[in-house]
Amino acid sequence: MHEMGIALQIIEIATESIPPDAGDVRIEKINLKIGKLAAVVPDSLRFCFDVAVKDTPLDGAKLVIQELPVVARCRDCDTQWTISSPAFTCENCNSGSLEILSGRELDIESIEIAQEDSHVS
Amino acid sequence: MFLETFFKTQKYCHHDGSRHSHPHLHPDRGGSGISIKKSGTREIKVVRRVLDINEKMAQQNRSIFAAKGIFVLNVMSSPGSGKTTTLEKTLAQIASEIKSAVIVGDICTTNDADRLAVTGVPVVQINTDEFGGDCHLAAHVIEKAVGGLDLDDIDLLIIENVGNLVCPAEFDIGEDTRVVVLSVTEGEDKPAKYPLMFRECEVALLNKVDLLPYLDYDKQKAINFIHQIHPDMPVFEISAKTEEGFQPWIEWLKAKVREKAGGGEHSA
Repeated sequence: MHEMGIALQIIEIATESIPPDAGDVRIEKINLKIGKLAAVVPDSLRFCFDVAVKDTPLDGAKLVIQELPVVARCRDCDTQWTISSPAFTCENCNSGSLEILSGRELDIESIEIAQEDSHVS
Repeated sequence: MFLETFFKTQKYCHHDGSRHSHPHLHPDRGGSGISIKKSGTREIKVVRRVLDINEKMAQQNRSIFAAKGIFVLNVMSSPGSGKTTTLEKTLAQIASEIKSAVIVGDICTTNDADRLAVTGVPVVQINTDEFGGDCHLAAHVIEKAVGGLDLDDIDLLIIENVGNLVCPAEFDIGEDTRVVVLSVTEGEDKPAKYPLMFRECEVALLNKVDLLPYLDYDKQKAINFIHQIHPDMPVFEISAKTEEGFQPWIEWLKAKVREKAGGGEHSA
């Protein structure tokens, strides 16, 4: 539901990340990592992003989203596994004392830029 | 290998193990942090959390509350679960012992603030309409709302979030603890449908238990779902209408406030 706010934040961070000496460049791609537990729907985010960049210098930039699984580690028996259904108990010993190793990400990994004059479409 | 890479990313680690909250290029690895792709584009490492600005502001809020010894509770739930009635009754029960204030978030109307103001505690209403009709409260909104409160005069700040089981769970606002209210007129499987919310909260209030005789609701099934998502999560079964079951919840809250006040600059 808040994907538009997230999209605007992504645009701000991506724009800030262009090196000051890069000259006249265009952002082609923004590479994101989004965990399965994050309250973000990738399709909604892409939709909001496309709306938000329309008629701006980022128009045409692509969001490349890598979805990360929910990976947990049991604090009692050290088992590490991927949680694929909504059950947060250890698959080996049934303990509820878990550390969530991945799945909460909402990170910008990198941006890909091209010189304005070297663009081949 | 994948996880190793992930951890480095998440914590923004240097090779020497030191951590920092901001990303920057690592010239000791891959030159300038810029690599040329086959397509001719240049890839520039960013490695930032999208919500890092919110997280930074939440940390600032947290420092202010810590310095004043104020315990901050973020109360979340779906719309209509009984958050406001629960808070009205809670504030009335603790009024003689704990100085409280409330920040209440809604998209529109001051109805909740009007109801809570009757308890006599200072209430700040936030209408997220001004901020684009947001479905959640964010840290900067709390910072602004706190300006309307005398922080030297309170030991407990309750933040009633916008009724929504999805988005508020994603936004740190500088609270100490998160509480989720679930009512027995909702489906038993709500926790499984909204796992992040139930993972992120420390305790759950199961409200409207006075209605159980009239419903087909399987209370144990709901509690099992809660524990499937968050094993050992304390569940207080309450009725905000009759105040049945309030005692353990009130004791839990008082203990939290005492603990925080003891650790701050001034003690209660």
